[in-house]
Amino acid sequence: MSDNYVPKSAVGKWFNERLPLLDLIYGHLMPYPTPKNLNYFWTFGGILTFCLVTQIITGLVLAMHYVADADLAFASVEHIMRDVNYGWLLRYIHANGASLFFMAVYIHMARSMFYGSYKEPRELIWIIGVFIFLLMIATAFMGYVLPWGQMSFWGATVITNLFSAIPIVGESVTNWLWGGYAVGSPLLTRFFTLHYLMPFLIFALVILHVWALHVPGNNNPEGIDVVKGSQDTVPFHPHYVVKDLFALVVFLIIFAGFVFFVPNLLGHTDNYIQANPLQTPEHIVPEWYFLPFYAILRAVPDKLGGVILMVSAIAILAFLPWLDTSKVRSAKYRPLYKQFVWLFFANTIFLGYLGAQVADGMYLIMGRIATVYYFAHFIIILPLLGYIEKTKPLPKSLSEPVLSKKEKEILASGATT
Amino acid sequence: MSDKPVTRRNFLYITTGTFTAAGAASLVWPFVDQMNPDASVKALASTEVDLRPIAPGQSITVLWRGKPVFIRRRTPEEISEAKAVSLDELPDPQDDSARAKNPEWLVMVGICTHLGCIPLGQKGEYNGWFCPCHGSHYDTSGRIRKGPAPTNLEIPDYVFLNDNTIKIG
Ligand code: HEM
Ligand code: FES
Repeated sequence: MSDNYVPKSAVGKWFNERLPLLDLIYGHLMPYPTPKNLNYFWTFGGILTFCLVTQIITGLVLAMHYVADADLAFASVEHIMRDVNYGWLLRYIHANGASLFFMAVYIHMARSMFYGSYKEPRELIWIIGVFIFLLMIATAFMGYVLPWGQMSFWGATVITNLFSAIPIVGESVTNWLWGGYAVGSPLLTRFFTLHYLMPFLIFALVILHVWALHVPGNNNPEGIDVVKGSQDTVPFHPHYVVKDLFALVVFLIIFAGFVFFVPNLLGHTDNYIQANPLQTPEHIVPEWYFLPFYAILRAVPDKLGGVILMVSAIAILAFLPWLDTSKVRSAKYRPLYKQFVWLFFANTIFLGYLGAQVADGMYLIMGRIATVYYFAHFIIILPLLGYIEKTKPLPKSLSEPVLSKKEKEILASGATT
Repeated sequence: MSDKPVTRRNFLYITTGTFTAAGAASLVWPFVDQMNPDASVKALASTEVDLRPIAPGQSITVLWRGKPVFIRRRTPEEISEAKAVSLDELPDPQDDSARAKNPEWLVMVGICTHLGCIPLGQKGEYNGWFCPCHGSHYDTSGRIRKGPAPTNLEIPDYVFLNDNTIKIG
């Protein structure tokens, strides 16, 4: 598809003959054949790319003013907020950007689940996505430690202590992570180093993610295979470039709303108190986007068991392409799956709600039920549905479901449109 | 093994490969070990504490290797409560005498053995310590009684230098 690209300028020609980079970019962004029926849920890939670039750029300039030392970190963040020119803006973009990044990735993942985008032949796209998600979790967690407030410190303490659950070597592993006997400066410095590095690893994975996507091409709301270059596809540019940009503008309005009007809504007030290793805050809560997993951790009365279950809750996603035994991709044609997948989304949001409550009494019991359901969805419901569900007949092409009866008759009679 | 003869080339491949692998593996260690607690951290290994200002029923918290250490001068009721418990009731059975060298003084690392929060003193169902993070209850001897923490609060190494001073670590 990219063979026919000829740069117009002489410099472009000279360059492209020696390194066909322009050719490559052009091929993936301009004529790339895309199903004509993608809805707005397909615009989140572009929004996510935008988020990643935003985090990298704002992070880079914040790093020019930030000091990664337990005695200085908190003050340096206040210095960014009060003294550095536009420091407040850069920090608020970076902090709210992380939240919106997660909002977008959860919608993006929910889209993939609803429309069965993880199924053959797109398993690897999905698995690379799960790795991106894992790296995002690690990056966001370490980033939250950097301002060295009370939540930073105690969040880091609770999470690094998860490793002490490992039998026998647990304590050596945590001391190794800390570079000491408790959370302190050595940990802060290494977290800063890794927080700086990981977004670039994510960037590399995103390139693989999109590369793998462009082999089979996009899935679509009908979940059927489309023939590249047929009536069912349109070139990426201008159709989806414009749609993606429009969605991005809407996203930016929401983003700006957070940054300029409620920049601390998603944060926690305790993080404006400097870390104090002698006092644990009354109620430790992670950032909202970790809450469902936090609820799973707390649902188990056993330390090692809780850790194992929380890690499995994420790891199980990687096996989704094989746990779902149905051949039909889109929930539109799977009447039972459609209900169960909504139930799964609701259950996950409910887990998030429980993760923010004090784990006691009723909340604990509901947390256990919701945790069991989370896993049951993957281990019991999805494998069984493939066998018992009666799926609806799939359309032969993307045009078929939207054609009138008359048009269909014309098509059936062999006339060409 | 195949029945092909072992040639001089096979030998060279295997020895080169083995030495390269061993060399690379040994070079990994400095990169891993640099993260372990360093000499300056280890140098802060012990702390001396003057016990005179602490009245019965009072506790203080000192920092030892970056960790809080609770020193509590227990009341007679707390001591008898701690001693009265039968070991069968304990998730991590340990006699009170094994936890306090001098029954009046309870010295322990103030870090919840679940995930590392600092428990609050004289709270919880057993009148000892309560960890607000995920709800672990410890008794007046710092033993876990209820909640997700797997073990009793840790007792650090310490010695009474004299009646009024202890050295931790
Ligand atoms: C930094 C994070 C991510 C970025 C920047 C990103 C980017 C993209 C882009 C540009 C696309 C193509 C457009 C679209 O379909 O929306 C895409 C598709 C896809 N992504 Fe992601 N993604 C990210 C994370 C994830 C995660 C965490 C998952 C799942 C665990 C995932 C699963 C998928 C799948 C299955 C597709 C194929 C979609 C289809 O055509 O149906 N992605 N991604
Ligand atoms: S850290 Fe104390 S109960 Fe979890």
